Amino acid sequence: MQSLGSPSRHSVVGAEAVGPYTLLRLERGDLDPGIPGQFFMLEAPGRLLPRPFSLCLAPPGELAFLVDPIGPGTEALCELRAGDEIGVLGPLGRGYRLDVARPLLVGGGIGIAPLPYLAEQLGGRPPVLLGFRSAEHAEAAALLPGAEVVVDPVLVTELIEPGFDVLACGPEPMLRAVAEQCPTAQLAWEAPMACGYGACYGCVVEIDGVLKRLCLEGPVLEAARVRVPVEAAA
Amino acid sequence: MRLLNASGCLDALAAPEVARRLDAFVTKTVTPLPREGSAPPRIAETAHGMLNAIGLANPGRERFLAEHLPRLRELGVPLWVSVGGFCADDYAETCARLPGDELEAVELNLSCPNVDEAADSAAEIVAACRRATELPLYAKLSAAHPDIAEVARAVAAAGADGLSLINTLRAAALDRRLRPVLAHGSGGLSGPALKPVALYAVSTCYEATGLPIVGMGGIESGRDALEFVACGARDVALGTVLFADPGAPTRVRAELAAACAEAGVATPDDVRGLKKSPETERKVPA
Repeated sequence: MQSLGSPSRHSVVGAEAVGPYTLLRLERGDLDPGIPGQFFMLEAPGRLLPRPFSLCLAPPGELAFLVDPIGPGTEALCELRAGDEIGVLGPLGRGYRLDVARPLLVGGGIGIAPLPYLAEQLGGRPPVLLGFRSAEHAEAAALLPGAEVVVDPVLVTELIEPGFDVLACGPEPMLRAVAEQCPTAQLAWEAPMACGYGACYGCVVEIDGVLKRLCLEGPVLEAARVRVPVEAAA
Repeated sequence: MRLLNASGCLDALAAPEVARRLDAFVTKTVTPLPREGSAPPRIAETAHGMLNAIGLANPGRERFLAEHLPRLRELGVPLWVSVGGFCADDYAETCARLPGDELEAVELNLSCPNVDEAADSAAEIVAACRRATELPLYAKLSAAHPDIAEVARAVAAAGADGLSLINTLRAAALDRRLRPVLAHGSGGLSGPALKPVALYAVSTCYEATGLPIVGMGGIESGRDALEFVACGARDVALGTVLFADPGAPTRVRAELAAACAEAGVATPDDVRGLKKSPETERKVPA
């Protein structure tokens, strides 16, 4: 990205419901969409701290983010309407390596967010497996036409066949299960972040055996590098 | 008035362009031994503030001196080192090891809310450090003390050259299931919620000691910075605002010019100490 400065201001083009989620479309302005799996800090209206989101789609002239309204910040983002304006900083962090021979995209719940842009950048219509907790949540699979979709109690990890280069994003239990099956999988992790650029030290995860900042090391990491405590996954 | 960062709110090696916009960079607190810091979750947003329990994560004194300091010097920004420890000797030994010709000042972190209180008093720690270094010593105090002016007078008498006011305040937040959000249980409260507390601390310590003060606590704008100067701060530091806005140093400087114009002064220094505390006003005969 360009030199770190104040977040740039971007108008909302639209906010559309995708199942229980909201696809927030912003004017791209001068921002680089970055590498799939990288993230942007979006100003959450009325809140002190911005929230991290990976890029979901990069339509011409736009950047689109998939938002799950799980708290006051994400709820405020879902209430934005066309013409509203928010601050955006990014792209930040390290995304997926795209130089893979047999990509298989695996997503769970809101973790499907980076996969549409990832599929587009990989090209060649890679196979996609998606898992959701309910039929309503599974409506978001419309963002990935042709994907194989399962709903609880079926787990997406049950569908993974050997021989693929897995690129995944989803809840921690899913990522742990993927990591056990495919130690070389590329996994996009999530952690609370105040800044997204290494200043707050808030987003540490056990990486290579020690606590490291996810915003600088990841959020995409090779599966074997991350250890998630079982209690955190419970 | 100069613009610094609050210790622990910026990694100059990860974001050198942000550090270069400051008049001086203050390091994250350095302790004698390496510390991995607290388990996650480490941060939580609260009403008009945030909590952190980073737990003084740092590479330790030896690695800081051998690996980090040389790289920080290459930035070309005046450096302050924040020093922490668990007894007066910890602080003094680190001060003694700091290269005096490479640094502008030392900030003594006497008030981290995420570690147990040091066994020795603030004044004892300052006195020990005073014997160990000739570098300017800034004592960073907590506003949680019932009489911060008394602590300020004590560290001034022990040889402090200045004060950094204030550190975060120990606080807690609960999640939906009524459990602490932070793995550490409690954390330090920062952000705009802290500003009124910090303004009072700066004002009362300025009147008590007259020492140079770096004012901090919830500064988000040029106007906020000017208020700290009006309360007696010589310099100000940006903390939590840097998280949402890495361009804050440049923005705050631009806003300061407008805030000065509105206040009818040429520079921020023209308002220093203008504010009178209620105590002072009561002393003035009618």
